[in-house]
Amino acid sequence: MSTSMQSDYKAKTASGRIAHYVDQRVGASGVIKEFGRKIFPDHWSFMFGEVALYSLVILIISGTFLTFFFNPTMTSVTYDGSYVPMKGTHMSGAYASTLDISFDVRGGLLIRQIHHWAALMFMMAMSVHMLRVFFTGAFRRPRELNWVVGATLLIVGILAGFTGYSLPDDVLSGNGLRIIDGIFKAIPLVGTYLSLFFFGGEFPGTAVIGRLYTLHIMIIPALLLLLVAIHMFMVVLHKHTQYPGPGRTENNVVGFPVGPVYAAKAGGFFFIVFGIIAFLGATFTINAIWNYGPYDPSPVQAGTQPDWYVGFGDGALRLWPGVWPWPWEFEFLGGTWVLSVLLPFALMAGSVMMAMVFWPWIERWVTKDDRVHNILDRPRNAPFRTGVGVAGIIGYSALMIAASSDLIATHFHVSLNDVAYWLRFTFVFGPLIGFLITQRICLALQRKDRELVLHGIETGQVVQLPHGEFIEVHKPLDEYRRYKLVSFESPAPIPAQPNKKGKIGLMEKTRAGLSKIWFEDRVIAVTPAELEAAHHDHHGPAIDKKQKGSLEQ
Amino acid sequence: MGNHSDGASEKTAVVTSQEASQEKFPNPGLPPHAPRLTDVDPKQAKKAERQVILLFVISMLGSLLFWFGYFGIEVSGNFYDVMNPEANNMLRLQNLLLGLGIAFAMFGIGIGIVHWARSLMPDHEMVEERHAVTSEEDRAEAQEIMETIIEESGIKRRPLLRNTLIGSVILAPLTFVTLFRDLGPADPSVLKYTLWDEGVRLVRDPSGTPIKAADVTMGSAFHVLPENLATLTHENGYMEEKAKAVVLLMRLDPSELNVSEGREDWNVDGIIAYSKVCTHVGCPIALYEQRTHHLLCPCHQSTFDAANECKVVFGPAGHALPQLPIAVDSEGYLVAQSDFREPVGPGYWERAQHIKEMAGEA
Amino acid sequence: MKALSQKRRHPLAVLVLLALALLLSGGLYAVATATNEAKAATSTSYSAEDIAEGQKLFLANCATCHGVDAEGTTDGTSLIGVGAAAVDFQVGTGRMPMQMQGVQAQIKPGQFNDEQIMQLSAYVASLGAGPTIPEEQYLDVSQGDAANGAKVFLANCAMCHNAAGVGGALTRGKYAPTLMGVSEKHIYEAMETGPQNMPVFNDANITPEEKRDVITYLKSQEVNTSVGGFKLGSLGPVSEGLLIWTLGLVIVIGFTLWLTSRAA
Repeated sequence: MSTSMQSDYKAKTASGRIAHYVDQRVGASGVIKEFGRKIFPDHWSFMFGEVALYSLVILIISGTFLTFFFNPTMTSVTYDGSYVPMKGTHMSGAYASTLDISFDVRGGLLIRQIHHWAALMFMMAMSVHMLRVFFTGAFRRPRELNWVVGATLLIVGILAGFTGYSLPDDVLSGNGLRIIDGIFKAIPLVGTYLSLFFFGGEFPGTAVIGRLYTLHIMIIPALLLLLVAIHMFMVVLHKHTQYPGPGRTENNVVGFPVGPVYAAKAGGFFFIVFGIIAFLGATFTINAIWNYGPYDPSPVQAGTQPDWYVGFGDGALRLWPGVWPWPWEFEFLGGTWVLSVLLPFALMAGSVMMAMVFWPWIERWVTKDDRVHNILDRPRNAPFRTGVGVAGIIGYSALMIAASSDLIATHFHVSLNDVAYWLRFTFVFGPLIGFLITQRICLALQRKDRELVLHGIETGQVVQLPHGEFIEVHKPLDEYRRYKLVSFESPAPIPAQPNKKGKIGLMEKTRAGLSKIWFEDRVIAVTPAELEAAHHDHHGPAIDKKQKGSLEQ
Repeated sequence: MGNHSDGASEKTAVVTSQEASQEKFPNPGLPPHAPRLTDVDPKQAKKAERQVILLFVISMLGSLLFWFGYFGIEVSGNFYDVMNPEANNMLRLQNLLLGLGIAFAMFGIGIGIVHWARSLMPDHEMVEERHAVTSEEDRAEAQEIMETIIEESGIKRRPLLRNTLIGSVILAPLTFVTLFRDLGPADPSVLKYTLWDEGVRLVRDPSGTPIKAADVTMGSAFHVLPENLATLTHENGYMEEKAKAVVLLMRLDPSELNVSEGREDWNVDGIIAYSKVCTHVGCPIALYEQRTHHLLCPCHQSTFDAANECKVVFGPAGHALPQLPIAVDSEGYLVAQSDFREPVGPGYWERAQHIKEMAGEA
Repeated sequence: MKALSQKRRHPLAVLVLLALALLLSGGLYAVATATNEAKAATSTSYSAEDIAEGQKLFLANCATCHGVDAEGTTDGTSLIGVGAAAVDFQVGTGRMPMQMQGVQAQIKPGQFNDEQIMQLSAYVASLGAGPTIPEEQYLDVSQGDAANGAKVFLANCAMCHNAAGVGGALTRGKYAPTLMGVSEKHIYEAMETGPQNMPVFNDANITPEEKRDVITYLKSQEVNTSVGGFKLGSLGPVSEGLLIWTLGLVIVIGFTLWLTSRAA
């Protein structure tokens, strides 16, 4: 090692010299050495995180453009732009400037639409990404904390969306804020104060748009970027998970190097996502705020809904009965308890969110599986978890669909009230039904995999054996395809285990009970011995009972 | 087909045919690499290259399309003009061209690069070993360092020093939190009152003209504001007062009205006035069905029965809509007898308290 | 069983399953819609001949529900005093005569020609004074003020008919219909008479000029294209969310599949 801290290296080409200059000052060599050929596994279902990230970038680019024209003030102005039905109308500066962006700034309408579509895309991509992570068990050790960061991103994303939706100060979003005011007020003891503080006095006040603007363009994006940075740091640290398959183990990553293939695909994909969003912005109207009119506390309109990612909260509010079977609003302990508003949020929407955030620990507690998992589960190979995931989707969807109950009523010619009754039923029983069906489907798919491994693929070729029997020829799987179907675990229930004092506590009993439900029904991967026996079977005339049937453990 | 995989037991089904066979299939390693057409056929490679170039050219054309839309389309005039739809058509066209221009510009680049990567860059799968996030060696060393740091800082040996530090660190940020106190006023009693008062005329929304009892024919619904609202400006509470004072005025057949004790004189010959603010979370409930006498909130579908003092008949609202007692003044115009007798809008912690106070004041 | 388990592998099995699923959901839907009940209803100078002709038409087509003297029965309201405007609206839009009793009279192709409608209106108007057919000057959108119309519409109409006038849900299977494609005259008459469950907006509430403004606003929405592209039914965030979860998701998945697949 030279003591002078300077190398004597002289690059031969101009670009080499520039690279060397930079390297000497910031140490780029180390970064390139670390990441230049880093391996990333390739699978379509791994791309949704990228879609979310790219949508966020597009949101920041388009949002920055909008800030140059948007005026976040609630001061009343008289509109004199070029939208005829509002000429001479009094409105807030925020609404007037949104109309200007839409009608009087060239390309402003497009950027507004791109911004809004990108927001919907961002939330959708995050949700799908989260579902992928859930169903494949990618949240297991060592990635539990990153799951929580992801869940937090989803929640912060909802806040980002809601604050943005409220900014134009139109009737639709104003009524959304009014609902927020009602929700604040339902919080026991401090709710009224929270509402007064949030709006700077009584609803709607003259401050809230400015405050939401600060949140929407500064605090929330900063939080999002910080969380994204942590999320990506952890992805690099843990290296990406991979699906089971030939050549893949818990200790390696199989895929393509960042340079050039993966970087080209991921980089190209950014432009593709931008293209998709630009296409949506070009062809589909989104949030036609000019229809809604400037916010005014008197009017309201049919079809008052939030954007889809807030729908589950709005749906929960719709489904909870107010006075059935008893009044959910009553006086107790010196205050008014507004449970018909509080419970839908705390119990219905809140519990779905909390179960999601804490799932990795719930699963670990029941399964006692604290090993490192870098190989993903195929969803069918974790029937219980997959069932729970589908149950969660059904519960969430029932709430989200409830937020459009009025549109369902008009478009399918059914009664609004019936839609509510059905959805209440679905929210309560749908998840259970969905769980049972999904778990069975998973087990059936696992059995199908077993059949494939044991007997190969049906070729459709029928041959007659010398003794006259007709059989269909089955082609055995090659070892690569077979490995994908047999390389999974199927843990057995873990019975209750005594603690240090030799006693079995209530928690442990509960855990053991859950573990039993969890793993009671299961399909075990084919072993080489079984395959051998199956091959043998095919040639033997009779069925050997000893090698057949199922065994209980 | 054999029925190897059918679980036969009644209670649990564990599908296997071998008892406790621990042996597993060995990992066969990566499958052999199958070359692509572009790997073996230089013509195909050349073709792929030309396709990528074409895609990049399409991207450039997309950018040109954008500029054509931006500079080449003349958008002027008034939008949504009933007599002249041309301005709308041009804006729609411009929006389409700008958007498609960007879309093509982006798709050209994106699809081009990805096509390049898929067909011309090597597609050999590679293997990289994973390493533990942290090693036992590092952990031991880090622990030692931490112990040294704690030891040298002396924080363990000087508990009072530590405790005062914790106290100061907890208190200091609270000073900043305190600053948020002035985000808004802290007197919930403002929720008790609205602009309605004895003798305040009911006027139409949005025109602001007073209403004669005779104007309110059977089946009508009037959206109503207090006349004194017009004296307020946006700076001194117009929106806030309007948000509480909005009222829906309806006329039902007096024989259909179900009036409870103490409210007999609150209607004028079947003309009733109720707060329009939903008692659920505050949306204006303005959907009035004149035959069923139901009021529906479009936000969460709370339904109130106007014939039955606007009690909740469906949906999530927790209490009936407050009624505004009305009368007719000397000129025949509808006026309020007083303010509402209970706070309007959604429930809140102090509401029950406020109702008692208001009963005392009345 | 064996036969079934073999046939389930048939490529058409998926189609059969799909058809079964559709039948099942369709059946449930039919049950859901069928369980939903009933009310319906509602002077210039007409010649005595018009009135006489109208009465004939009335007796033949309307008297079953509204009674031979138009005083109403359990199946239909009294038509005394509903005026010519109510008849012109109800019959002109095809709502009356009703196809069947229901929560709300449905729009269908009109059963009578303009002359017959006029004769029916004449007869009902002769029974008692009521709202008349609007004058031409209040239907002329070139004289209307769309800005004032927007204000009146948003304050009085949008809660049921939606901000863009495309309609919305009411309780127990009733709904506010779309206003797009409805003639100026019929919009005016609807405000005047309050058909079905719609409140009455008499001239003391919304003046004839204001009614014209409302019509002007609605027509400005109708004749103009949506500036931002397809308007997805102008239903707001729901249809937008639906689009991103259908078209948006499909496009994204399509690209990810292509991007991560091996080239041939």
